[in-house]
Amino acid sequence: MGNVLIVAEQSGGHLKKASLHAIAAGQAIAARTGGKVHVAVLGKGIGAVATELASFGVTVHAADAAGLEHYLAETFTPVVVELAKGLGATFVGAAATAFGKDLVPRVAARLGAATATEVLGFGGSGAAVTFLRPMWAGNVLAEVDLATPVKAFTIRPTEFPVAPKGAGGEVKAAAVADPGPLPTRFVEFKEVKSARPELTEARIVVSGGRGTKGDFKELEGLADDLGAAVGATRAAVDAGWVQNDLQVGQTGKVVAPELYVAAGISGAIQHLAGMKGSKVIVAINKDPEAPIFQLADYGLVADLFKAVPELREKIRAGKGS
Amino acid sequence: MPLKILVTAKRVEDPESKIKVKPDGTGIVTDGVNYKMNPFDEIAVEEGLRLKEKHGGEVIVASIGTDRSMTEIRAALAMGADRGILVKHDGPLDPVVVSAILDKVLEKEKPDVVLLGKQSIDDDQNQVGQYLAERRGLGQATFASKVESLESEAEQKKQPGIVLSADGKSVRVVREVDGGLVTVDVNLPAVVTCDLRLNKPRFASLPGIMKAKKKPVEEIAAATLGADLAPKVVVKKLSEPPKRQGGFKVADVAELYAKLKGEAKVF
Ligand SMILES: Cc1cc2nc3c(=O)[nH]c(=O)nc-3n(C[C@@H](O)[C@H](O)[C@H](O)COP(=O)(O)OP(=O)(O)OC[C@H]3O[C@@H](n4cnc5c(N)ncnc54)[C@H](O)[C@@H]3O)c2cc1C
Ligand SMILES: Cc1cc2nc3c(=O)[nH]c(=O)nc-3n(C[C@H](O)[C@H](O)[C@H](O)COP(=O)(O)OP(=O)(O)OC[C@H]3O[C@@H](n4cnc5c(N)ncnc54)[C@H](O)[C@@H]3O)c2cc1C
Repeated sequence: MGNVLIVAEQSGGHLKKASLHAIAAGQAIAARTGGKVHVAVLGKGIGAVATELASFGVTVHAADAAGLEHYLAETFTPVVVELAKGLGATFVGAAATAFGKDLVPRVAARLGAATATEVLGFGGSGAAVTFLRPMWAGNVLAEVDLATPVKAFTIRPTEFPVAPKGAGGEVKAAAVADPGPLPTRFVEFKEVKSARPELTEARIVVSGGRGTKGDFKELEGLADDLGAAVGATRAAVDAGWVQNDLQVGQTGKVVAPELYVAAGISGAIQHLAGMKGSKVIVAINKDPEAPIFQLADYGLVADLFKAVPELREKIRAGKGS
Repeated sequence: MPLKILVTAKRVEDPESKIKVKPDGTGIVTDGVNYKMNPFDEIAVEEGLRLKEKHGGEVIVASIGTDRSMTEIRAALAMGADRGILVKHDGPLDPVVVSAILDKVLEKEKPDVVLLGKQSIDDDQNQVGQYLAERRGLGQATFASKVESLESEAEQKKQPGIVLSADGKSVRVVREVDGGLVTVDVNLPAVVTCDLRLNKPRFASLPGIMKAKKKPVEEIAAATLGADLAPKVVVKKLSEPPKRQGGFKVADVAELYAKLKGEAKVF
């Protein structure tokens, strides 16, 4: 009883690491309900992803079909819903990525389930699982109960470990029925390719705000010196200085790297909501009153155009020695 | 082809306000907190107005809440929406209930395009549009954005980011997703949730505010709609997360480097 279905995310045959955190969350629920963790993966040519997922000791249901090549909520929903019903899953979840946030509520609506978004952990006791989630840009922590027989959720990857490898996993083929005429059609995906690590998975993130005045060169240089990802505030993204999906914050990405460098960023609550879980925070800002300093482990009052090149030099010299 | 556009506008705490949890954990302290339209809904209203300016038609703004939500409806009317619908409900709401109510509103109004915010900045659930689309069996395009930046010429000209097809049967929407932008075509009626980079909302003009006072707003009691109003997302307790301790300043880059290497050991 209390089976858990986690929907894994893949793109072009590559598993998204966020899914492994979602599986760990599913395992935490299953440990309490005494149920089993099942993982659904959908797409075209996903055999290798399915096998990889099975190495985490879970039963993988692979829906491999031409019609599932490009993700659409309208094509993925019926497959996930049928799986959930067939498995008697009472918990259905995914990682809180753009994919998970688009899909899970639609699946939930069809299952008559309520959903908790960006879950940070679980409360309650025994099989009565409640969900801990942020509200008001992370200023409030709420414990919510989902009063529906099936409960849906998306988890914040930074709050859960990666699922451990395990034995006993297997891959099964999931049925894909013809969805009939669709209200939505995929046209194209304009991918922004970057040689840098993915923002949500990087060990170090170097972020810039309006204080960069659009010049991210030194910050990108610092990121490359450190093997880091680049992030930004809404102000920097709105101005078109960097690509949209680099926005860190309440309504962008949530990151929790070992080191977060915030340069030319004031520290609005909407930005803090996306990075305050970082282990070490460095702030470089020329205004000593900037709110970011209240939260930074190491604050440097300085002009970023002077401080960042200097820091890069020190790092390079340090590497040489 | 003229479009009938329905936009939702939720009353939320001003994003600038300081949110504190009541000592008993049952809610937030509302004293001294200002309220306004959810910022994502302002973007939805703006997009609705641009679509109407291009294709003709009507923009209807709907809000669910107490009488106080009339302020947000008037704000949308002042921006240029044509009429309002206030679904009065004085109890707890959740995305399941809100979408059940909106389902009934759609059944009655039969709009071609429904525009919502991608998320409310209070509950941060990011669900209502998806639930609504599924309830009505419609296509969904969440996180609507556009290719051009908010500093572009297209934005200066107040062009809609959502593009109506030549045959008037579908809309093309650019969605902001992880790793880039996805473009989808969605048949009308379509449900679209708006993200930050779709547009810069206009401010209401003084004449707009005056006119808004005379625009019609229909008031409907939620209980008369026949929707299930029992909340399914039950908030048991609110608390404040632990505060992060920071505030240490270094004198210069040399000290910063030394701390990062010696103390934090990040490189
Ligand atoms: C007294 C009180 C008690 C509450 N109790 C609960 C509770 O027990 N459980 C709970 O989950 N929430 C509760 N809430 C919050 C509830 O009202 C949320 O607004 C609701 O859960 C919808 O979630 P969301 O706005 O985050 O949805 P999202 O999915 O983030 O909203 C997306 C979009 O949907 C539209 N939308 C959402 N709500 C409305 C609305 N009311 N009118 C018009 N458009 C809207 C907007 O366009 C918005 O941008 C309570 C609020 C109050 C004032
Ligand atoms: C609905 C909504 C959602 C939002 N979501 C997000 C979100 O997800 N993420 C997000 O980031 N924001 C978000 N915001 C915006 C947020 O409120 C702030 O406006 C934004 O974070 C400010 O960005 P900033 O710090 O780059 O700019 P500013 O606040 O303008 O700060 C710039 C800083 O740079 C400093 N500076 C200037 N020149 C230099 C220099 N040469 N050297 C060093 N320092 C310098 C200044 O002292 C200043 O502190 C949201 C807002 C709303 C209303």
